[in-house]
Amino acid sequence: MTMQSESRDPLLSVRDLRTWFHTFSGVVKAVNDVSFDLAQGEIMGLVGESGGGKSVVGFSILGLIDPPGRIEGGQILLDGEDLAKASEDRLRKIRGREIAMIFQDPMTSLNPVHTIGRQMDEMLRLHTDMDEAARRKRCIEMLESVGISQAEDRLRAYPHQFSGGMRQRVVIAIAMLAHPRLIIADEPTTALDVTIQSQILKLMKRQVADHGASMILVTHDLAVVSEVVDKITVLYCGQVVERGDVRDVISAPSHPYTRGLIDSIPNPDHRQPRLSQIPGTVPDIRNLPKGCNFRDRCPRAQALCAQEEPKLSPTRQSLFAACHFPIGTGGDA
Amino acid sequence: MNAMLDVEGLEQRFHLNPGLLDRLSFEGGRPRLKDLVVHAVNGVSFSIAKGEVLALVGESGCGKSTVAKTIARIYDPSSGRIRIEGEDITDYDHAKLLPVRAKMQMIFQDPFASLNPRQKVRDIVAEPLLQQVGDGARAEVADKTEALLARVGLNAEHGGRYPHQFSGGQRQRIGIARALSVNPGLIIADEPVSALDVSIQAQILNLMMDLRDEFGLAYLFISHDLSVVHHIADRIGVMYLGFMVETAPRDQLFARPRHPYTRALLSAAPSIRPSRMTEEIELTGEVPSALSLPTGCCFRTRCPFAWDRCAVERPVLQDIGDGQSAACHLIDEPERDNQ
Repeated sequence: MTMQSESRDPLLSVRDLRTWFHTFSGVVKAVNDVSFDLAQGEIMGLVGESGGGKSVVGFSILGLIDPPGRIEGGQILLDGEDLAKASEDRLRKIRGREIAMIFQDPMTSLNPVHTIGRQMDEMLRLHTDMDEAARRKRCIEMLESVGISQAEDRLRAYPHQFSGGMRQRVVIAIAMLAHPRLIIADEPTTALDVTIQSQILKLMKRQVADHGASMILVTHDLAVVSEVVDKITVLYCGQVVERGDVRDVISAPSHPYTRGLIDSIPNPDHRQPRLSQIPGTVPDIRNLPKGCNFRDRCPRAQALCAQEEPKLSPTRQSLFAACHFPIGTGGDA
Repeated sequence: MNAMLDVEGLEQRFHLNPGLLDRLSFEGGRPRLKDLVVHAVNGVSFSIAKGEVLALVGESGCGKSTVAKTIARIYDPSSGRIRIEGEDITDYDHAKLLPVRAKMQMIFQDPFASLNPRQKVRDIVAEPLLQQVGDGARAEVADKTEALLARVGLNAEHGGRYPHQFSGGQRQRIGIARALSVNPGLIIADEPVSALDVSIQAQILNLMMDLRDEFGLAYLFISHDLSVVHHIADRIGVMYLGFMVETAPRDQLFARPRHPYTRALLSAAPSIRPSRMTEEIELTGEVPSALSLPTGCCFRTRCPFAWDRCAVERPVLQDIGDGQSAACHLIDEPERDNQ
């Protein structure tokens, strides 16, 4: 049952991806042996705290890693084509056309000196052979479909004339223009207010479904993830610590880190005097402890955790966890 | 008994001084220079008892941080009164404010910007106390500083380091130790955990709750995150466009929100326990500009219930029992609530 999504030919298959940054103070293994599959039409949440490596995974897929960073190994298979080995020319054709990206800050991801219309048109000019009238028509349709009224007039407006929420709608419209098969959204609603956030999340989910696309939603916010995605991959110190279907991960995670993240969120239904917290802080990624990276903060750690690095393996239901003593499997409450 | 903090009719306007051409407008063919004024806070009143936690929630631009900064007298209020333990500090100058600072301290959102990067941690923490007691008591201040650092979970060796050597969560602990140094009765915390990762956020919230019990602190807690607010607050005030639209004890606000904006805010908040939302009010559109407030009710441009009365008459906060008040005409005409 857990193999269902893996047996279908996945749209994207990331295998043992390693993206390392060679800094003066040591090698930062920002992404270290990360693997996951994404099927057509699926939405996956990539979650973790700052420094977990979740954004670097997104940038690696798009080939946007600059020195001192480098993809050291692994494969990024988009429909069987390995993007980790693709030339810059080939990547340029893929970006925007096959894979689109939505960034966190809608203020900096749009060019302030060009009109919205010009920035939208550029996408179609580069990636399609539509003529000018057809491109314009498509831009107007797209703006309308993301809920921007008076689209024709708005094409002549500059980004600063839009509010944050409206700008993110424009960014989504641009991302969807060339019918990409994969959308990578990096903290798309983190800069937005909560009422605007819920509008944008609904919009993104609908757009992805309408276009039959797949999406990777990179976020630190488990609440956002739980409302939008089909499955979740949790990163800690550049490694996958748990993955599985959203319902299983949220309701009964098997990795203590995931459990800790969920319990840290105040629960209005069962208000407790103290929040349960994960003690300590994320270790220095240049100097990771031997064995399990999480063991210093883990309430379940035992001697084995200091000796041997846990491998990602099935625990229960749809869950895979990298833990020697996963929650809820044999001999514990 | 005096309240710890009493705020009455607080207003804060900011005059923008743009260029002449931006101000120039024509009315009936005649040129006119208009004033551009941001109405950040529009007549907000509330009080906080000793040891109570009041949270102000709302979206960006609703004036919640401005309220905090005006009470801390970082801004001079345009009108209204601010009283700390009954003492009216609204018109105090710098010198007169100094003793007031021993009763009221602030914790800021950004732990990277709110600590002086060139000062050692122990000097940062000692600074407010030294201002109060003078240089003569340096030795006692040093002892107290060390105790404070220990209390917030740092050790003496940390005192000799600089802020950049700490993580966000640790820096927020330093900010808390600094605020505590003068034994204040009130701490104004402006989004103290929103820059932190969720696991660290829980650590800081727990620390703040422990300190409250230990020192009998009152908090004015500014946040946009409803789940955080639900955890820490005794009472909640909801702000929109510079107005207080609803205040209520915590459980009441979450169980029976009355103002349409509060209801929308609660239903929009993402939750990992989605079972709890029964009604859903989805807002369209965005917050109007504080440069030109709508007539009548501030929320009517996005409110699904708004009718003609809302455009004419500005609703005032009215008591609806059990400590809850809301500023909405629906309270007079509940039959219009058709959701």
